[in-house]
Amino acid sequence: MDNKIKYAMVIDTKLCVGCGACVVACKTENEVPEGRSRVWVVEEVSGVYPKLSMEIRSERCNHCTNAPCVSACPTGASHYHKSSENLVLVDSKKCTGCKACMAACPYDARFTMPEGYVTKCTFCLHRIEKGENPACMSVCPARAIHFGDLNDSNSEVSVLLKSRKFKVLQPEAGTQPNVYYLV
Amino acid sequence: MNESVFVTQKMTSSFADGWHIWGWEVSLYLFLGGLTAGILILSAMSLLKKKEELPVSSKLAILWAPIFLSLGMFFLFLDLTNKINVLRFYMTFHVTSVMSWGSWILLVIYPVSILLLLSVMQEGYPGIYKFIRKNLEPLVHGKLLKVFDLLVDFSIKKRDAIAKIAIPSGIALGIYTGILLSAFNARPLWNSAILGPLFLVSGISTGTAFVLLLSSGKERKLLLSVDSKLILTEIFILFLFFIGQITGGAQRRDAVMILFKGDILAPIFWIFVVFTGLLLPLILEWLEERGIEVPQKLQPLFVLAGGLALRIVLVEGAFILRELSTKALL
Repeated sequence: MDNKIKYAMVIDTKLCVGCGACVVACKTENEVPEGRSRVWVVEEVSGVYPKLSMEIRSERCNHCTNAPCVSACPTGASHYHKSSENLVLVDSKKCTGCKACMAACPYDARFTMPEGYVTKCTFCLHRIEKGENPACMSVCPARAIHFGDLNDSNSEVSVLLKSRKFKVLQPEAGTQPNVYYLV
Repeated sequence: MNESVFVTQKMTSSFADGWHIWGWEVSLYLFLGGLTAGILILSAMSLLKKKEELPVSSKLAILWAPIFLSLGMFFLFLDLTNKINVLRFYMTFHVTSVMSWGSWILLVIYPVSILLLLSVMQEGYPGIYKFIRKNLEPLVHGKLLKVFDLLVDFSIKKRDAIAKIAIPSGIALGIYTGILLSAFNARPLWNSAILGPLFLVSGISTGTAFVLLLSSGKERKLLLSVDSKLILTEIFILFLFFIGQITGGAQRRDAVMILFKGDILAPIFWIFVVFTGLLLPLILEWLEERGIEVPQKLQPLFVLAGGLALRIVLVEGAFILRELSTKALL
């Protein structure tokens, strides 16, 4: 895997209050049109009343290490960024809008733009390239979102995953997702 | 007990603008792709048999292969949301992408089916043959006519070889139409490789049914018995599909239940796919064999409608399931 970055987002479900600031920040930052969204918040209640527990998750593209959208794409529009082993991007100049990637994504993280091409969360590549954090992370009032390189064992995300219990979404899909939820 | 809800907007409906994946265009494309595969395989096989009693299968039917293929590709094109980049399909080949395999397989089918058509054109379609020659003659000092004649000569000389290439090409096309769906782990209703053989056999069956519509006499009798064997095979494969899904873990079992308990899809599936698409044609064939008169067009029309219904039910099924799981979250 020669020195490539493994971008990961670690989201603390114990801190998240489900305010939706990440959703709004993403929509503004990336100019996501009406009716579409790259980030969304899910509230999961489990148990039987009165013994209930609640988990709140800010969800998005999982930037899978084994991304089914990348293998399903016939034109190479869905691809991994050259510097990273898992940052999944869509090249709108190559996308035909065949939607094979949307059918392949078990998280339903992708959608088509009014212009026709498919898009989704990019971990705010344009910001991280400048050394800034993804927009959703920057605005999180609970500081529940963490972002960094999992191939660097000293990064904040690596340390969090070493010290806390975590889970990923639909591990059975075999996609090796890289958005981790601290539980 | 677990209950999940979307706190913020994700999608208002999985059929809403931007979130919608595949609709009737893709079902029609899969149907026409299978039909093309069926016609191609049947034509090539009857050409190789060199039997005089198969005039329609060996000489006439093949004209429809490139026509149905073009129609299918037109529907696929309609489904693309970013049509301007359509040529990107042919600027690369992605070995892991079934869609990529498919676009190249479609491109192989064209020359094969057109060469096969040219090899029988003088006998099958003398009118069209003369028309093409007459219209090509004045173009580019008759050079185009020369090319056309060369192609016709070549295809007649190599007819058997072309037919032998046409059979595996047709099989590849038929299987691909099923694998296109089955390769998606994210859609458990489709996640069974047996959709490949199912769509292949169904494709050959609809192809045979289409040729049945055009044929009569001895050929019709022969094709009718071929089609009933194909239908029996299809029923058997459908049965295997269900066994695979029901025993294939919770997700696949729950998904396939939409064909047993779904409000809209279960009745459509059992009435239009199983009853009128598979069982009724078998009964009609059985009646005809026993000398009872039934309208001749009925049997093939039911098979064709059943083939289309199968693809509509399977394509829509996966997205209705997606909609149900989204609605549960809203």
